[in-house]
Amino acid sequence: MAEERMGLIGRLWAMLLRVGPWTAIGLFVGGIVVWGGFNWTLELTNTETFCISCHEMKENVFKEYRLTSHYQNRTGVRATCPDCHVPKEWIFKVARKIQATNELWHHFLGTIDTREKFQAKRAELAQHEWDRMKANDSRECRNCHAFEYMDYGKQERRANTAHPKGFDDAKTCIDCHKGIAHRRPPTEQNIGAPKKAALLNPR
Amino acid sequence: MSKAPITLLTVLAAAALALSTNLLAQDRPQSLRGATPLTEIPKVGLHQRGPNQGPIPRNYVQQPPLVPHKIEGYQIDMNFNKCMDCHGWSKAKEADATKVSLTHFRDQASGAELANISPARFFCNQCHVPQVAAKPLVGNSFKPIGALARPGRK
Repeated sequence: MAEERMGLIGRLWAMLLRVGPWTAIGLFVGGIVVWGGFNWTLELTNTETFCISCHEMKENVFKEYRLTSHYQNRTGVRATCPDCHVPKEWIFKVARKIQATNELWHHFLGTIDTREKFQAKRAELAQHEWDRMKANDSRECRNCHAFEYMDYGKQERRANTAHPKGFDDAKTCIDCHKGIAHRRPPTEQNIGAPKKAALLNPR
Repeated sequence: MSKAPITLLTVLAAAALALSTNLLAQDRPQSLRGATPLTEIPKVGLHQRGPNQGPIPRNYVQQPPLVPHKIEGYQIDMNFNKCMDCHGWSKAKEADATKVSLTHFRDQASGAELANISPARFFCNQCHVPQVAAKPLVGNSFKPIGALARPGRK
């Protein structure tokens, strides 16, 4: 009866007296170690080095990404895998990390452990990323590219025509900028023989 | 020796010119934002045009049109042809781009008209090439034919 009226701080104080100061300090330090360790691991798995430690990433998507301007460019400012593929905000990041355990599972299953298997699945995997970016309004692009700060005067002819138009039509980055960091999957484009298992001419 | 008076005269003339423009400008003060009142937003001029340009005129009738923009990093492989993103018939209007020529739908071996662009035309930059501002290594006296000659064109 008496404890109910003490409130949160009072009850915590009572609990502390019960377990003793050393246990309390131990719990506090333990908390720091566990939480710090959790975040440390989270950051460790959020690096390019970690991503390309799997050959699926190193031999396929990373190789082709090295030829694009997000890897190497005039100014040397670059994006690494997690910059585009892992959200920056903590809650979204943890959600994506939990989702990514599925990728670990498929790594051990060997779902895309050869070039041929990867090529066969490329359209599906690309579509997942496009859907994710479309759903979150290209949030990861916007960590660096904010259209509010675009200087159309410094953009080239095609860009300074397309950008204001696209924003007016409420388009998001990925609607137009597909395949800027990785190769596009088989796509039906009305050129040559019809493609097998092709995507239907998305923009 | 004779150069000194000329230099002096030039300096004086320049000073006079500067002074007169200064006096004229005092009638109507000019600022970087022009004469637009502070309560209004000045109209922005035309966007600066980058190194990319509109279509480049042809020099001879059968010339494959040149690519007037950057194509660095454009994917053209068995899966995807980046050029089709704008120059394909279903995309050209929205992208405000030149659509692929009708001649590209003809099968060159049989002469048949195809429903799709001929696979022989897949690699666009075999014929259509981008341009760079490079100094020609040798002189060139080529002149476009009369049919393509336009007034004011070299």
